[in-house]
Amino acid sequence: MQMQTLKFIKKTAPPWSNGTVSTPNGPVYKVSTDWTRPDYWGMIKSRAGAFRMNYAVEPGLYAVGEPTKDSDVLVTANYKLSFDTLRRELKGLNAWVLVLDTKSINVWCAAGKGTFGTDELIKRISDTRLDTVVSHRRIILPQLGAIGVNASIVQKQTGFRVSFGPVRAQDIPAYIGAKYKKTPGISRIRFTILDRLVLTPLEINPAMKKFPWFAAVVLFLFGLQPSGILFAHAWHGGLLFLVMGLLAVFAGAFLTPALLPFIPFRSFAIKGWIVGMLMVFLFTQVFNAIVLHDTILLIVAFLLFPAMSSYLALQFTGATTFTGISGVKKELKIGLPIYIGTASISLVLMIVFKLKEWGVV
Amino acid sequence: MKYLANVTTLQYASDKCTGCGRCVEVCPQGVFVMREKRAAITDRDLCMECGACAMNCEFGAISVNSGVGCATAIINSMLTGGEPTCGCGDAGGSSCCS
Repeated sequence: MQMQTLKFIKKTAPPWSNGTVSTPNGPVYKVSTDWTRPDYWGMIKSRAGAFRMNYAVEPGLYAVGEPTKDSDVLVTANYKLSFDTLRRELKGLNAWVLVLDTKSINVWCAAGKGTFGTDELIKRISDTRLDTVVSHRRIILPQLGAIGVNASIVQKQTGFRVSFGPVRAQDIPAYIGAKYKKTPGISRIRFTILDRLVLTPLEINPAMKKFPWFAAVVLFLFGLQPSGILFAHAWHGGLLFLVMGLLAVFAGAFLTPALLPFIPFRSFAIKGWIVGMLMVFLFTQVFNAIVLHDTILLIVAFLLFPAMSSYLALQFTGATTFTGISGVKKELKIGLPIYIGTASISLVLMIVFKLKEWGVV
Repeated sequence: MKYLANVTTLQYASDKCTGCGRCVEVCPQGVFVMREKRAAITDRDLCMECGACAMNCEFGAISVNSGVGCATAIINSMLTGGEPTCGCGDAGGSSCCS
């Protein structure tokens, strides 16, 4: 029996916990403020987009250090990367951590969806009987949680007064040290080159997933002959277009995000177009003399690939910290017809090119 | 970094402001500051329409059509006819949810 109980505890205790802390409602897991190898590996995998749904922490109350009835309560999402980022910054602090059920999605996104929201917070405060664990009535939320949480309703229903803390977990010790006062610096979302680079795999991956379709169309068009599809033809003409396709992905999904503030104009579509145009220009400067001797192909290259780069750059609006829905809608309203038009004109030109190649026109 | 000029739907009626400071506390772009015990707008073009201010203004002084500023989500909503939400729950998902 003893063995069985031990086994049970060992099995259910999360790997990142280091013991328990007792509360009036029973023990809660104590959270380590150090990362171990699985935590780092999990961060890398989630950054690469390997898993989304299942990287979760059980919602509920946790302890950091040796918290008492007077200790602060910090609220976070049950996306493990959010939780890990928070606990790592709490070294030396004694605090309670309340994890909301956000379906393993980070605070900002979950707040936008409403899962990091007023109702879930109220429910979690009452489920964990937080009012019996602490004697004060203050809870600290990540600032970006304010998108989904109405502080005055929470206070009316639970008695807890919500303070929206810093945007980033790393500023929490300073925020607490400054008696819950925020400097403008810790209230602002930043968007450094590192932030942007970390997000580019999530732009490149979906683009590359669609790339085989593009490649199939290109090889089909170049390979198509009156006698059938010839592989040699497909390869000869198509290869350069495939390389330029990859360059367009590189320009739109990597270079534009990375160099964002240094590319002129505020519109992402224009930024992406400029970078794509530069890439095509440089590429044709290098290879023009050898293969792209045909004027029609040259026109298609200059039409299609900057537009592809522009479209991909526009997708990066989803990853940024400063683009609003009205602006993106405006860009799409102008951009989408242009993209569709460009793709159609390119296709027509390709058909003309083929007809010329076959000697029909 | 600033996004497109003059597109935000942010509306602020300063006569309803009681000076509680919630908007300054929640805005991640520094759009609001306190000036003479009332909230004031610094630069509307900084607004990313996240909706945190309107959500937390108890006095109804702020309104904004909030939503995700994400092209993938908006294109998907055009195709499906739904509200634009980022595809965090979907396999693959869009990058608004790192």
